Amino acid sequence: MRKGRSLFGLLFALGAFPGAAEEIGDADHGGGVFNKECAACHRIGPEAQHRVGPRLTGIFGRRAGSEEDFSYSKSMARMGADGLTWTLETLDAYIANPKALVSGTKMNYRGLASDADRADLMAFLREFSDEPQNIPEAEPTALKTNPDLSPEVLAIKGDPAYGEYLASECQTCHQADGSDQGIPSIIAWPPEDFVIAMHAYKQKLRPHPVMQMMAGRLNEEEIAALAAYFATLE
Amino acid sequence: MKLNRRLFLGTGIAASALLTAPTVWGQAKPKVVVIGGGAGGATAARYLAKDSQGALEVTLVEANPIYTTCFFSNLYLGGFREFESLQHGYDKMAGAGVTVINDIATAVDRAAKTVTLAGGQVLPYDRLVLSPGIDFKDGSVPGWSVDTHAEIMPHAYKAGPQTQLLKKMVEEMPEGGTFAMVAPPNPYRCPPGPYERISMIAHVLKGKNPTAKILVLDPKDKFSKQALFEDGWQRHYGTMVEWIGPDFGGGAVEVRPDTMEVVIDGEATKVDCCNVIPGQMAGKIAALAGVTDDSGWAPVDPATMKSKMDENVWVLGDSSAQGDMPKSGFSANSQAKVASMTIRGELTGSKTFPAKYSNTCWSLLAPDDGVKVGASYESTPEKIASVESFVSEVGEDAALRKATYEESLGWYAGITADMFG
Repeated sequence: MRKGRSLFGLLFALGAFPGAAEEIGDADHGGGVFNKECAACHRIGPEAQHRVGPRLTGIFGRRAGSEEDFSYSKSMARMGADGLTWTLETLDAYIANPKALVSGTKMNYRGLASDADRADLMAFLREFSDEPQNIPEAEPTALKTNPDLSPEVLAIKGDPAYGEYLASECQTCHQADGSDQGIPSIIAWPPEDFVIAMHAYKQKLRPHPVMQMMAGRLNEEEIAALAAYFATLE
Repeated sequence: MKLNRRLFLGTGIAASALLTAPTVWGQAKPKVVVIGGGAGGATAARYLAKDSQGALEVTLVEANPIYTTCFFSNLYLGGFREFESLQHGYDKMAGAGVTVINDIATAVDRAAKTVTLAGGQVLPYDRLVLSPGIDFKDGSVPGWSVDTHAEIMPHAYKAGPQTQLLKKMVEEMPEGGTFAMVAPPNPYRCPPGPYERISMIAHVLKGKNPTAKILVLDPKDKFSKQALFEDGWQRHYGTMVEWIGPDFGGGAVEVRPDTMEVVIDGEATKVDCCNVIPGQMAGKIAALAGVTDDSGWAPVDPATMKSKMDENVWVLGDSSAQGDMPKSGFSANSQAKVASMTIRGELTGSKTFPAKYSNTCWSLLAPDDGVKVGASYESTPEKIASVESFVSEVGEDAALRKATYEESLGWYAGITADMFG
């Protein structure tokens, strides 16, 4: 159920900020959220340094994985190279469910389910970014929503036989034995993570063009079938 | 066993069961013969054997015991790969349940449903998969013939000794010399291939022979990823590469291998190395089997990759005429999975699903400067039709271009594992 709520967060993020720069949330309350949820690993402010996690000063508009003196996960570096930039939309989705957006992130955080808390946190983080009035919003495509998508998609039981056929298309690039030589492994994922990740591509929240195209033409049953099949590989 | 068998043969009921359900009663399994062990054929054979779990007898006929991939052979020309890294054996095929025969198919008797090999062996089949790649149209470049001139002006468009020969010739060019490529007319294998090759040769010359010139003589007025290639050539190689399209004589080219000249619109130019990529058609066995049409390619049903000429024959990859998919290793691999699924469905009754196809082609412009183009496809009554597509953009930052190149390395590892096991 936790993931179900997180998915709500992700969907909310897609439609929640229609370009208005002001009134994200209560920055003062957000400061409290930061201290409780983030400050164990992150610092923010003019003098802030990296700790377990990178400094968050100036996070908005920054390319993911781009702080030079911080050692990111391979997965985060890859998302940055693919074009992931921190905007209200992408950062909100990441905080809601880190692994839905960046599968192999080192950020060992369960996600912040409350939409209101995330909005307040975002307002707080934004006070430490340059030109707060001009923070780049996500591309218009990132605002697309799929009206048929609901948490019930997570309950769909995939047909493994169909998944096996569909998976053959994935295996042109993603190796069946889980080898990762420039293209990530997708085997043995919990099915829910797989489904969420694929919908994030389908909605163009994750940036990679090949994956957006591949996920874009799969329906909910097909995504569930793939998730079911790949979960069985070892 | 003996007793049982006698018992069965002795009763009328068992005898009729033998006639109506041959596979159940221990007669030969359905036979699938696959000709050509590249991206289409190797993938089809492996998936047929693997997914049928022994219910089919799958035989792969391939001339070469070691296969050299044409995809990524440009990276060898550019010095980014070892030749050996392009080579793959079929040793894991047996484990997947495929019988590999290293021989050349010389005839197909579609009435008798047999394939004859050069060594004399005759292979019966229930279903036949042809994936023989390309052959060259002799006479498509005046003055050049594959049999007499490929050692002087190599095509290097079937990977192997030709690729090694071209690399050697580029490296031995005199200082300030001229390299010419005669680019092929549509349709041909790997649409961005000639232009990635130009990028790789420019990269080599920039290091070894920076005053050398490259001429691209092209019968086409536009080509795959043109804006990306032209931007890359200009950024990395300045004025080294000159592309001459049909408006300036690129479509009226004759070559003179004896004097190492190319004649462009009547005007002879001396060159030091010449790569002739001629017009192409389906691999010869497709024509011998009688499944090609006047175009030289083999028309197929978009939903299954089954030949339009014969319901027991499939044609995959470069040889097939299917619609919008480019002739590429990725396409052939994608088509092989649809073919394997439909053949299994017919022979074993396994479930079939709507065909989905896809393709992506990566090209390297210079070190860590990779670009890509791709699309997804589905079958319509007329053809395999493009559904959605994407292409890299001019002006992308260095990190994205590097990531694209690294992704292409991942793809090579992935597709070769998918083909050969």
